[in-house]
Amino acid sequence: MIQKIVANINEAVSNIFDGATILVSGFGGAGLPFQLLDALLEQGAKDLTIVSNNAGNAGVGIAKLISGGRVRKMICSFPRQPESGAFDDLFRAGKIELELVPQGTLAERIRAGGAGIGAFFTPTAYGTELAVGKEIKEINGVQQILEMSIQADFALIKADQGDRWGNLTYHGTGRNFGPVMATAATCTIAQVNRLVELGELNPETIITPGIFVKRVVCIDGGKKK
Amino acid sequence: MDLSQLKKRTTAEIAQRIVEDIPDGATVNLGIGQPMTISNYLPPDREIILHSENGLLGMGPLAVGEQIDHEVVNAGKQPVTMLPGASLFHHADSFAMIRGGHIDICVLGGFQVSVAGDLANWRTGDPKAIPAVGGAMDLALGAKKLFVMMEHLTKSGVSKIVNTCTYPITGLAVVDCIYTDLATILVTPSGLVALDWVDGLSFEQLRELSGVEIQNGKKS
Repeated sequence: MIQKIVANINEAVSNIFDGATILVSGFGGAGLPFQLLDALLEQGAKDLTIVSNNAGNAGVGIAKLISGGRVRKMICSFPRQPESGAFDDLFRAGKIELELVPQGTLAERIRAGGAGIGAFFTPTAYGTELAVGKEIKEINGVQQILEMSIQADFALIKADQGDRWGNLTYHGTGRNFGPVMATAATCTIAQVNRLVELGELNPETIITPGIFVKRVVCIDGGKKK
Repeated sequence: MDLSQLKKRTTAEIAQRIVEDIPDGATVNLGIGQPMTISNYLPPDREIILHSENGLLGMGPLAVGEQIDHEVVNAGKQPVTMLPGASLFHHADSFAMIRGGHIDICVLGGFQVSVAGDLANWRTGDPKAIPAVGGAMDLALGAKKLFVMMEHLTKSGVSKIVNTCTYPITGLAVVDCIYTDLATILVTPSGLVALDWVDGLSFEQLRELSGVEIQNGKKS
């Protein structure tokens, strides 16, 4: 029988290893899997490469992992936040690497990784310092840059509802990177606000089919409003 | 030239000027910062669909009180409402809309705009600043029309409209129209064309302040 639901948050992150590359959903705080990140901090894995839109804010989420010295490298589009001190300080001290990626390119590199596409050309960043060192080709009259796909060891996703097959729905703009990242990791771990019986989710409304998901865990506290 | 006597356009006035150029039925993306104020001035007689890069079409006004849901936010991470007809989608789809040329108008802030329409708006080259780019590069080249909303001059009085950008580039030849606190300037293949400017400023003074070649395109 297929049973992707795990009993507790610590079990959900138990096999994340040192040096892992981890996709983390979220745009600002919306869709950020805070509980999975806290469990990861407690679990102790270090030397991590984190792929996420932002690099943490206000001492929570990814910022806690960074302050805890667990993150070797950030791959993100917008590390600067009103309270991004955790990242900022380490970056200025040369203690954390940054690969800055335009947001659309980041989304597409992850999408490609999940879809088995090795690399693709995009016009974004042509003529800018983020294109330096990359192959450039003119395609249909447009200068485009070769970008490589991203495939990760783990994806930590915040979803809204999930079932034992790993089917997921999302809430509001908390969706953002979640469905894309869910496809692009060897082990996708989703935290949900509510677990439902198999068949309760309307097939029309499932955003992430369970095929992409390895583990689902329900968090205490439910939906923040 | 004594600029202290000039009545420069306020942010609200520049926003309202930009709204004049947004047609009924347009899908518009507003960049973070000043451009977001444009959403306060959308007219009731025109249906304009706001796109938010983080996965929302049909974004409504900022949420207040009971409306606030911290999982429904705009690109600036502020809670927003959704209008009837709104849709939600993930990031790859959102940037397919952007990069795939489906957004009619994008309004971004700017550090510098060149006479060729190059835009510099994501970093200043200050070595102490933390670099961050977000969706600016995708938006700059993807939108069918790119409007830049910015002050005409820096705090030290230097023109932000330049022959060649000295700040790191966001996109080359991407800007269609520049809206500042002094003037509205179209970017065309034959150069910059000023469409309107504030009272008390002559066209010659505008050109001198801007420090670049501009043609007089004012409709009399």
